[in-house]
Amino acid sequence: MRISRRILAGLATASLAVTATSCGGGGTSGSFDDTVTVGILHSLSGTMAISESTLVDTEKMAIEEINAAGGVKVGGKSYKIEYIVEDGASDWPTFAEKSKKLIDQDGVPVVFGGWTSASRKAMLPVYESKDAFLYYPIQYEAQECSNNIFYTGATPNQQSEPATDFMYKRSPAAGGDFFLVGSDYVFPRTSNTITKAQVKQLGGTVVGEDYLPLGNTEVAPIISKIKKALPEGGIIINTLNGDQNVAFFKQIQDAGITPSSGYYVMNYSIAEEEISTIGPEFLEGHYGAWNYMMSIDTPASKKFAESFKKRWGADRVVADPQESAYNMVYLWKQAVEDAGTFDDNAVREALVGQKFDAPQGPVEVMPNHHLSQTVRIGEINAEGGFTILEETGVVLPQAWNQKHPSSKGFACDWTDPSKGEKYKL
Amino acid sequence: MELLLDSLFNGVAIGSVLLVAALGLAIVFGLMGVINLAHGELMMLGAYTTYVTQLIFKLPILKPFYNSYIIVSIFLAFIVSGVVGILLEKTIIRKLYGSPLETLLATWGVSLILQQFVRSVPLAYGTGLVISLLIGLFLPTTFPSKIKESINFKYFKFSSWIFAALTGVLTGSVISSSVSKLSRASARNVDVTAPSWMRGQVEIIGTAFPKTRLMIIVITLISVIAITLFLNQSAWGMRIRAVTQNRQMSDCLGISTEKVDIITFGIGSGLAGVAGVAVSLLGSVGPNVGGNYIVGCFMVVVLGGVGNLLGTVLASFGIGIMTDLIGAGRLLSIWPDMPLPLSNTINFFATTSMARVMIFALIVIFLQFKPTGLFPQKGRMVEN
Repeated sequence: MRISRRILAGLATASLAVTATSCGGGGTSGSFDDTVTVGILHSLSGTMAISESTLVDTEKMAIEEINAAGGVKVGGKSYKIEYIVEDGASDWPTFAEKSKKLIDQDGVPVVFGGWTSASRKAMLPVYESKDAFLYYPIQYEAQECSNNIFYTGATPNQQSEPATDFMYKRSPAAGGDFFLVGSDYVFPRTSNTITKAQVKQLGGTVVGEDYLPLGNTEVAPIISKIKKALPEGGIIINTLNGDQNVAFFKQIQDAGITPSSGYYVMNYSIAEEEISTIGPEFLEGHYGAWNYMMSIDTPASKKFAESFKKRWGADRVVADPQESAYNMVYLWKQAVEDAGTFDDNAVREALVGQKFDAPQGPVEVMPNHHLSQTVRIGEINAEGGFTILEETGVVLPQAWNQKHPSSKGFACDWTDPSKGEKYKL
Repeated sequence: MELLLDSLFNGVAIGSVLLVAALGLAIVFGLMGVINLAHGELMMLGAYTTYVTQLIFKLPILKPFYNSYIIVSIFLAFIVSGVVGILLEKTIIRKLYGSPLETLLATWGVSLILQQFVRSVPLAYGTGLVISLLIGLFLPTTFPSKIKESINFKYFKFSSWIFAALTGVLTGSVISSSVSKLSRASARNVDVTAPSWMRGQVEIIGTAFPKTRLMIIVITLISVIAITLFLNQSAWGMRIRAVTQNRQMSDCLGISTEKVDIITFGIGSGLAGVAGVAVSLLGSVGPNVGGNYIVGCFMVVVLGGVGNLLGTVLASFGIGIMTDLIGAGRLLSIWPDMPLPLSNTINFFATTSMARVMIFALIVIFLQFKPTGLFPQKGRMVEN
């Protein structure tokens, strides 16, 4: 029953497509020869909607920009990009289900989607089994390297490692003890394992760590632990997710854990968008580490921020995840044009080595399907932005982290068939 | 001493959040036996009421009183959640008394509807709707008894509903045009900022306590005292207790059980709204905010003994103190040089996630020995 319905749906779409192309040749859509439909899959409802809806806005903007500039040019024809937006509803199985729908029913050549690692892990088997393509725009814990996913966010060595280094050596709390706080799921736990190894190498001490179950906003026990472990102040590494940050910062400020009393929080999940929701008054003086920050003073960065405000409202902000989402649409477009086809394998090959002048500066797709990026450390200011304190050169991505005990000495390379997902260096 | 005080305060602080959240449920579930899964969503409505009040108090006319918005919102939240609760009782739950499974499913459905409602309806119009309900339900009761008994009362009732609807639409549009943040629907979480006098810490006997936590403890205390006085001293409280003990007998003696049900459910729901105000001070406000507390609420009520307020109070403070004791690894600081295997075990459970596991395990074990909770109900009612 189920299968027959799917075949029926497939037939229906196929016949639709035939009619679309047969009359599309005449130029139904302005100056375009044809259209290509891509999938956008983020949470528009539930806990993650607050963050993920901004990615949908950015991806739509990138697609509109590409269309305005003449669309995607493949094999001498120009294609207008159209999109289907699906709601992952902050529910990981839904992400897998909607992915199947986009691939099988809508037949999209590429899906831009995901935020949480849990949603990516739920989608991964779908894309691998159907040999389809997912572009994933969020900084994450790495320790993964799929042939069917392109990761345009930072790996830990492009975010947390330079940040830990900064906190231990050059922040006002330099040389102090570390306390690690995170939400209880894979990203904070992996990220903190790496941080612990790094702090040990640097000669520092991690005096405590705690994880808040997702959905829990009772921070009181964590606060008393921080006060006990760091009575004179110190460094707190925060990997809490979503609105748990609101509870955390509201409550630590009330408890006197503030920069003025010697506690400095380095955040890996708080960008401009989150600062404006949590409120800069709670975050001022703490730090963040990202590849892109809205306050980057370059024409490309300013143009990106201005077009976003123009498109979605003057009160809106852009942040690192949005920049990654923006980049991935452009990188896909470039790769398709280079490959001269929408065919998966050709695009995959063409994608590696693509360079793009991103708002953060130049980025390049590496053989491990991640991007080389610049890392910046910023201090959160009263206006709700970052004051950039440090900027590294271009940092190469490590899909398998070199400080994590389980992946030390391994790397990933999809351009060489003998190497693949995980090989020994 | 300082350590003990700090630990005690933390336990009481965690416990009072649980208590204020569970208090309404203790009434609805404990006294009426209604399993109300929408209790969390009534809390959420209270939290959103706080947010709306906060924004309205930022308007130029009310700006001078901004610092007192939180006090006002406690009363408003009680009324809003109470009215929605009364409507819920009148339309759905009344038909389902005595069939707990159906009540459970129906109220779960209501909870989903309420969650989706705040996601897809602009808060300004939501406010308008609540105002309509408030007027429509209460305006007819203020008519003189002459009109109430007249044969044309239904027309008066009808016209008062029309008046209510018009007022609701009007206030909805006024709010939506004057506060831009409330004019758009959004699935995003919003944030309540405590007024400046409630931020920071106060020092009591050498230990610093966060003011918001103290405020929550005060809100909880006042709610508990008020509800105890109401149940034990007022005429309606006596009727509620009478109906709880023996419905048929009370009915025979001329107590309107229908009215008692409405009042009980309304008060229970209103208390959920007050809990919403307290919760909004701790974290962000979103459609799911209540769902995070519902399990904890049932846990407290069951542990305390269904139908017993003192049990609910002790159970929530007990859970609060245990959470702090286990989750923050307090035993280690009290007894620093305990033998290694023991200290390792304590360290293992000294994280928020594991402390929760431990608490649940302890409760399960406790209920094996005392299945009816700390203070089981005694008397004839238990036998039916």
